[in-house]
Amino acid sequence: MTGVLEATEVSFTYGDRPVVEDVSLTVEAGEFLGLVGPNGSGKTTLLELLIGLRRPDAGSVRLFGEPAHARSTGRRVGYVPQNVSDAADGMPVTVREAVRMGRYPRRPFGRFDDEDRGAVDAALRRVGIDDLAERRVGRLSGGQRQRAFIARALAAEADLLALDEPTVGVDAESREAFYDLLGELNEDGMTIVLIEHDIGVVTTHASEIACLNRELYFHGDPAVFVETDALAAAYGGSQSIVHHQH
Amino acid sequence: MAGTLSSTPRPLQSDGAIPFVVDELWGGLLDALAGVTGIELLGFPFMQRAYLAAVCVAVLGPLVGSFLVHREMAMIGDTLAHSAFAGVAAGLFVNSLFAVAVPPLLAALVVAAVAALLVQALIDAAGAYRDTSLAIVLTGSFAVGSVLLTATDGGIAVGIDAYLFGSLATVSRANVATLLAMSAVVAATVGAAYRPLLYVTFDEVGARAAGIPVGRYNRLLAVLTAVVVVGAMQIMGVILVAAMLVVPTATAAAIRGFKRSIAVAVAAGLFATTAGVTLSYLYDVAAGGTIVLVAIGGYAASTLAVRIGRN
Repeated sequence: MTGVLEATEVSFTYGDRPVVEDVSLTVEAGEFLGLVGPNGSGKTTLLELLIGLRRPDAGSVRLFGEPAHARSTGRRVGYVPQNVSDAADGMPVTVREAVRMGRYPRRPFGRFDDEDRGAVDAALRRVGIDDLAERRVGRLSGGQRQRAFIARALAAEADLLALDEPTVGVDAESREAFYDLLGELNEDGMTIVLIEHDIGVVTTHASEIACLNRELYFHGDPAVFVETDALAAAYGGSQSIVHHQH
Repeated sequence: MAGTLSSTPRPLQSDGAIPFVVDELWGGLLDALAGVTGIELLGFPFMQRAYLAAVCVAVLGPLVGSFLVHREMAMIGDTLAHSAFAGVAAGLFVNSLFAVAVPPLLAALVVAAVAALLVQALIDAAGAYRDTSLAIVLTGSFAVGSVLLTATDGGIAVGIDAYLFGSLATVSRANVATLLAMSAVVAATVGAAYRPLLYVTFDEVGARAAGIPVGRYNRLLAVLTAVVVVGAMQIMGVILVAAMLVVPTATAAAIRGFKRSIAVAVAAGLFATTAGVTLSYLYDVAAGGTIVLVAIGGYAASTLAVRIGRN
């Protein structure tokens, strides 16, 4: 197995408030890492550091063997943001247009060739929204929108999928189907890093779990995680406890 | 507004090919149209120039405005228009002080472009507080303009109406030539940068994650806005020019597909500018205001049609 992500003693501070402290972790190719922690524990910031959206104040992050902020790593990362449900609500962009954006970094101008079009069509089919291709993204349900963003990452031929609480505001049935899809993609070889507040989801689907509250409290096998007191330790240190412990 | 003719905006450049396009091709086309339809005003050279300027403005507005509106940055056009006004005032001020001939439009373009970069820098620094950044630059620019205009004994205040409210009379051949050149540059730039601009507009964080240099495209969009505002200012006026960035785009907001929405917005813009120019001539009222009123009428009609269509 080759390392996709390698964070070494990473720290990040907002003003004088430390948000991420001394975190080291690696993600191997084909891994499904679930990132859990209480509200305000620095999960989103850590994810942004891992995929190069932010640069650490101390330590280093290497993505595909390069510094994470290097632009060349971008093509291999598919990012599904937290607030997809609000994204581009009033914008006249169709699902197909949104998925085509996945090809933009490799084809900033010029005509799409058969390979580009094929990748877009295949991505739409893979996530099961090919019948919605000509709809506006703003007219989709929360779950369908998430699939459109996954399709964009697939069209980009991303090797790493980074998702930040993707199912906030998505109904239970669609959530289940969405995590099944993530599981299938992972089985096909996609490396996944997922932030999720529902620890049950993470222990069911993820192959690795990282529990964060500013510092890393646990990183390893989900089955081991549920037997340790890492969860209580991480959440106990916080004022805002998420009542999702299963 | 006849008294303003003495200080009409001067062209940025003159080019041998452009007079041919303005007079021979466009003029010839409208002459023929006037002959066929019997509509006399299509044959007047100054109306032909006004219509050509109207077409340019109709194309330019949505081309840049579509990206602005959907990033909730509609007010940046207004801000940069006021910066352009400060530029015009600075140009006139320098001219009156040193007896040089800096074209006011060139001064407007430079000042608006610098203001565009300043606004973008303020937005980057302030994060979400875009409104405040824009308001500071908008009022600051207008303050500079008003101070400069009154700093000399009122001499340069003459003719400022034409810039504030726009005027068909100021659309000289050289001005149309300048506007045509600006249109070509803006259209070519948006054409070349369409994909990254769309990506950044739709999902800025996703675009950054995908390795698109978001900051560079944000600055490009701001500077393009400055160019459009200065180009369109001649007939629209400083105070109303932002409408052409916003209203036609809003009219086409219910369309499915971003490219198609730009095309529909250009069509809405063409209707508003040509109808506005015509009505402005027929009833001897301000062109900019008439164009904006027609555009808003179109927006109201399309919004109503969409509502009725849904129910």
